[in-house]
Amino acid sequence: MIKHLRSAADLDAETATLILDTAAEMASLSGREVKKLPALRGRTVVNLFYEDSTRTRISFEAAAKRLSADVINFSAKGSSVSKGESLKDTALTLQAMGADAVVIRHSASGAPHRLAGWVDGSVVNAGDGTHEHPTQALLDAYTMRSRLGRLDGLKVAIVGDVLHSRVARSNVLLLTTLGAQVTLVGPPTLIPLDVAAALAEKTQVCYDLDAVLPDSDVVMMLRVQTERMQDSYFPSAREYSRRYGLDAPRLHKMPGHAIVMHPGPMNRGMEIAPEVADSPRSTIVEQVANGVSVRMAVLYLLLGGK
Amino acid sequence: MRRGRRSAVAQPRADAPSKIILEGSDLSRVVDRIAHQILEKTSGATGTVLLGIPTRGVPLAHRLAARIHAFEGVAVPVGSLDITLYRDDLRLKATRALGKTELPSGGIDGLRVILVDDVLFSGRSVRAALDALKDLGRPSSVQLAVLVDRGHRQLPIRADYVGKNIPTALSESVKVTLTEIDSADEVKLIGGLQ
Repeated sequence: MIKHLRSAADLDAETATLILDTAAEMASLSGREVKKLPALRGRTVVNLFYEDSTRTRISFEAAAKRLSADVINFSAKGSSVSKGESLKDTALTLQAMGADAVVIRHSASGAPHRLAGWVDGSVVNAGDGTHEHPTQALLDAYTMRSRLGRLDGLKVAIVGDVLHSRVARSNVLLLTTLGAQVTLVGPPTLIPLDVAAALAEKTQVCYDLDAVLPDSDVVMMLRVQTERMQDSYFPSAREYSRRYGLDAPRLHKMPGHAIVMHPGPMNRGMEIAPEVADSPRSTIVEQVANGVSVRMAVLYLLLGGK
Repeated sequence: MRRGRRSAVAQPRADAPSKIILEGSDLSRVVDRIAHQILEKTSGATGTVLLGIPTRGVPLAHRLAARIHAFEGVAVPVGSLDITLYRDDLRLKATRALGKTELPSGGIDGLRVILVDDVLFSGRSVRAALDALKDLGRPSSVQLAVLVDRGHRQLPIRADYVGKNIPTALSESVKVTLTEIDSADEVKLIGGLQ
């Protein structure tokens, strides 16, 4: 097993499948009266969050606690980071405290890679800038596998702001490793030619959502990241919604078995219509529950053995 | 997982001499005898659940249930109980893949649970299984059935049903193969015969 999970590219098909299989066993815990396993008793997991996040931090916290690890939550706001402490000095502090794993979210792409060089424990990337979010990709893959029974040969459309999306990047890497066919869909400004060229070997690119829908098993809607939109990538929210938003008529163009995914948080009415988000074909709430199981699997496989 | 249990002591070399202790027909007879003993000791096996400890405890539990059904017509529910996350040597070895935990639909509360395993050695796996059970429910009682008891207990644990006692040296190992998983039904003693 690998020591760190910094990128979905760290995972070969065998390791990724082991994580998904382990997550399936971990999922059985949620139906039990005692939702706790002793596997990581005495281990310390630090959640080091430089960027705001609710669901990812809570998900990692729940996962670590269900495995009986001690959890320390560290958010940059209200900490010495606001006094100017560097990531390296924070890392050395965590090292001195004996953290066995550091779960890091950072606005700078590559921060987990730097951190892994400074601490002895395992580093888990919980989202770095516009780079990667590997556990999100794992929970997406887990959700697809549990809903549709397989990943190999599955046709997945990833729709929206691919340029800024770490979720899209990690999903492309992981899903193609596991044999799925990925098509990126969005306005040309949000899938510029250099991004399309970089991903060309693994994926297809299409700028017309309606053309892709009838042939997709999974449609993954991405959040329009208004906080990262310094330029005018599209004329207006209404224009974006009309061309790339998933509404009820578009849902009907999808095959009967196809599912709708969204990593959350959603902009209801923009990239996804409320009736689609709440339809039985949407897996959005399921993805959150699966996130805990997948993160338990990752923490166990990174920390459980010698 | 099974390898981990046996590797608590020095492992015999791959080319170490081996001796077959039980062959296919012997093994069937042993399973039949345990099934009869369970029926006798539990007065007909009602209110009983068999939980196999992966890997080879699970097919053994299914075989026992099938024999009990053949002898008395009683359908005993069968499940599996993975103990990996409860092992006390979890941290001492490389990370292990998990096995399956599947309880019968009625659960285990108030029932007599019989744990089924292939080899009883140090007793640490059974201790882990008892801890795992505690998190899953509250059985009325817990019993233990093993195909082979090779001795060398490190904890105050004994089996209620034993297929065969095989006195062993610590340098030896006992290898159980079952047709459901391996090529044949067999129990072999490996090493220490020269």
